[in-house]
Amino acid sequence: MKPIAAVNDFVVKFANVNGSGSASANETFAKSIIRHGVPVSPRNIFPSNIQGLPTWYEIRVTEQGYLGRRGGVDMMVAMNPQTWDADIKEIEPGGYLFYDSTKPLPKSKFRDDINVIGMPLTEICNSTYTDPRQRQLFKNIMYVGALAALLDMDAEKIVGVIGDQYGGKEKLLKSNIHALQLGLDYARSHFECPIGLRVKKSNGVGNRILVEGNSAAALGCVYGGATVCAWYPITPSSSLAEAFSAYCNKLRVDAKTGKNKFAIVQAEDELASIGMVTGAGWNGARSFTATSGPGVSLMQEFIGLAYFAEIPVTIIDVQRAGPSTGMPTRTQQSDVLSCAYASHGDTKHVLLFPEDPRECFDFAAECLDLADRLQTPVFLMTDLDIGMNQRLCEPFAWDDSRSYDRGKVMSHEDLEAAKDFGRYVDVDGDGIPYRTLPATHPTKGGYFTRGTSRNTYAIYSEAGPDYTYNMQRLLRKFETAKELVPKPVERKSAKGSRFGVIYYGSTSPAMKEAIDRLEEQGLNVDAMRVRAFPFHESIIDFVAAHDHVFVVEQNRDAQLRTLMMNEGAIDPAKLMPVLHYDGTPITARFIVAEIAQRLSAFNVQPIKKGKAA
Amino acid sequence: MTYLAKPKLHHPTLPVNRLGFTRRDYEGKISTLCAGCGHDSISAAIIHACWELAIEPHKVAKMSGIGCSSKTPDYFLGNSHGFNTVHGRMPSVLTGANLANRELLYLGVSGDGDSASIGFGQFAHSIRRGVNMVYIVENNGVYGLTKGQFSATADKGSKSKRGVLNSDESIDMVMVALQLGATFVARSFSGDKAQLVPLIEAAIEHKGSAFIDVISPCVAFNNHDGSTRSYDYVREHNEAVNRIDFIKTREEITTDYAPGTVQEVVQHDRSVLRLRKVALNYDASDRVNAMNYLQQRAQLGEIVTGLLYVHPGSEDLHEHLNTVDTPLNRLGTKELCPGSAALEKLNASMR
Repeated sequence: MKPIAAVNDFVVKFANVNGSGSASANETFAKSIIRHGVPVSPRNIFPSNIQGLPTWYEIRVTEQGYLGRRGGVDMMVAMNPQTWDADIKEIEPGGYLFYDSTKPLPKSKFRDDINVIGMPLTEICNSTYTDPRQRQLFKNIMYVGALAALLDMDAEKIVGVIGDQYGGKEKLLKSNIHALQLGLDYARSHFECPIGLRVKKSNGVGNRILVEGNSAAALGCVYGGATVCAWYPITPSSSLAEAFSAYCNKLRVDAKTGKNKFAIVQAEDELASIGMVTGAGWNGARSFTATSGPGVSLMQEFIGLAYFAEIPVTIIDVQRAGPSTGMPTRTQQSDVLSCAYASHGDTKHVLLFPEDPRECFDFAAECLDLADRLQTPVFLMTDLDIGMNQRLCEPFAWDDSRSYDRGKVMSHEDLEAAKDFGRYVDVDGDGIPYRTLPATHPTKGGYFTRGTSRNTYAIYSEAGPDYTYNMQRLLRKFETAKELVPKPVERKSAKGSRFGVIYYGSTSPAMKEAIDRLEEQGLNVDAMRVRAFPFHESIIDFVAAHDHVFVVEQNRDAQLRTLMMNEGAIDPAKLMPVLHYDGTPITARFIVAEIAQRLSAFNVQPIKKGKAA
Repeated sequence: MTYLAKPKLHHPTLPVNRLGFTRRDYEGKISTLCAGCGHDSISAAIIHACWELAIEPHKVAKMSGIGCSSKTPDYFLGNSHGFNTVHGRMPSVLTGANLANRELLYLGVSGDGDSASIGFGQFAHSIRRGVNMVYIVENNGVYGLTKGQFSATADKGSKSKRGVLNSDESIDMVMVALQLGATFVARSFSGDKAQLVPLIEAAIEHKGSAFIDVISPCVAFNNHDGSTRSYDYVREHNEAVNRIDFIKTREEITTDYAPGTVQEVVQHDRSVLRLRKVALNYDASDRVNAMNYLQQRAQLGEIVTGLLYVHPGSEDLHEHLNTVDTPLNRLGTKELCPGSAALEKLNASMR
């Protein structure tokens, strides 16, 4: 058996018990590697549970900066007896098993083709600490110490991370560093350090930041000027509303009065949260809700009201695996259709698809502008993989000269100057009417908002022409939206190709890697990342320019493909679905295998290097 | 009554209020409800109250859900913004609108189907949050627009127009509002304008969740023998505990009262509510006693009306949330965006 040897390119997976305090130690480990200048991509794989069920933390160490999930495990830190057998099975041949050897295990519990490193963590902890909670918690930081020795890490980097975490709490800091040192010392004196997997100082991180998408989207809402947030707790979006609250308390409290320039309400359900957001949007405050698929299902009626009555609303959907309760702690992109066409009757909604936390920040702020400009619901379609995992991304940026686009809201002066005000008149021909807010003018601009049909002056009407005028205008408005939403990002292969691939959202990092792998195999595809619905003309053109286009998605029913066929009048035979929907984040390995296999069915011969296409 | 066009001209001697508006300036579109509908009387009472208090019409937001009652905001305060939302969800929309601009008067109009059935949850939660609003339920015990089904406030044992007996317990929204901490709770009758108008005025002046349950007979589907929401039945069983005589400190006291017949409540903004007691032992500032009294009287088949409870030192949702005095919808980029320098610091903390 040849032990795996790899520098800055391997996967370590921690198998833990939920609630045992492992998350913080594992995160410390990930951050310490980043401080070596080596990119990592950590992922939490957690149950819908607070204590007791199995949980995993997977860290991909990737010099090349491939932040998608790789698949496979080079080193397993097996701390959970419940999942032992499955965890051992997952290790790549030649890989490493690190485990707590306090209790002896029969030989049958191991594998011959892996390297086993046992350390009596419980025994060391029990002899060092008397408090049961300390025995548990310091076990975690102790294995981080041992890993540092095994992987040839600079222990000072770990000390630095711990220092940042416990700055000012001397006692905690000291005891954590003590535990770390115990782990280091034990590993150095009992094992041959380092092993084949190594972390070597590099400069692959640059000025990137490590942040969760939920936190980034929340910050985007602060920068984008949201003042009202109404929400109902639901995994995986709860941490978004909580982050918004934390950022507001830090950044939005009036220094003079100590009063809040924001209002956050935890509503009684999703119907109430979208209702509050609709009320606030109607009354001119930027407002948003954060939810997930089941919440979007509950919000349907209100989404139709906001669409038809033309009220700015921002909905952040952190998607999880459906249908129904589905897999609440697993990722998917399965709300595309239910959001695009949310509510009864003829409706269409604006969707934005961020690829990472940086775009969560940018697009959240963008959603608030778009909602005001278009006077309609706008969805930020993120997912659990982006939302609840820390991801390396470009640092946040804000242009201080930017001011919020409040859209077509008439002021007192505008009303004085205007000959006429009709709430639903298409004055500018872009389908977007003018609106007024209460209290603007004592005698002008008042109107009645309703979900029933009405004429251009907001007077109740069931007359066919009044109704169709309005519905057609809403279509014109959606046309206008095409030019306002983020444009797709195209990546052409060097040699050009008659095959294309379309992808979106959290598939992005895996796709980036997959395209590189395919190119190494001589298989070239042009790629386009869709960033919004309605689809920009260039997306339809991209499909037209290729014989076949793979549409890579993380759902069962190829929802974006359906949307493209429907909205772009595209021949279904041209769009080939590549679907990954088991709840784990899509991997480059999966995409490469799928696309390579389909291409071989088309008799595509890999291009040999140096030969013409 | 859509067949009667409303004349645009009005009598030149119509009295004007402090703002120079006549009552007609507070009217809205012509009602499309049935002739004799209790709801139209409530609209008239709202118009009268707003005129008398000289409320600026453009600073009122009229909010409603779906149903006959929810149509009425179109029929009063035509210069105000209104929002006819979705069935049973007016309270959440009102709450959001209120968060956006704390300076307006939020007038929520709903019905018993809208608030006691489909929207029971939203009604309850808006009350317990202390949203500063006037929440009027036009309560007729029946679904009018869908032609006569029982609502959740229909009394057990009452009979529908089709002769069906209601076997379900009824929801007393006043009891629920009291339990959930509404700081102003009243019940009235659409046929008793003298009682209703001052109650609406007092509710408008009140800061916090003000709830008024107005029994409002449905002439089309719930005004027959065997109904407990008919004009005749309500008149016979109406037991007022008090009458509001005035609600402002600036008004002169002109009436002489017999000892023990008056209760004065000093409100948050130091305005005084003067209640002329009808039931001498009734104390409108005692929530627990109010609930006991209502239970006892309900047992006797009485419909207790009047200002049933008022909490003088009430707070509202904005105080709980510690929001700035300026309405949130008036804050711009300068006030809201923390800027790039703060962002750089945050970036640094994420490395």
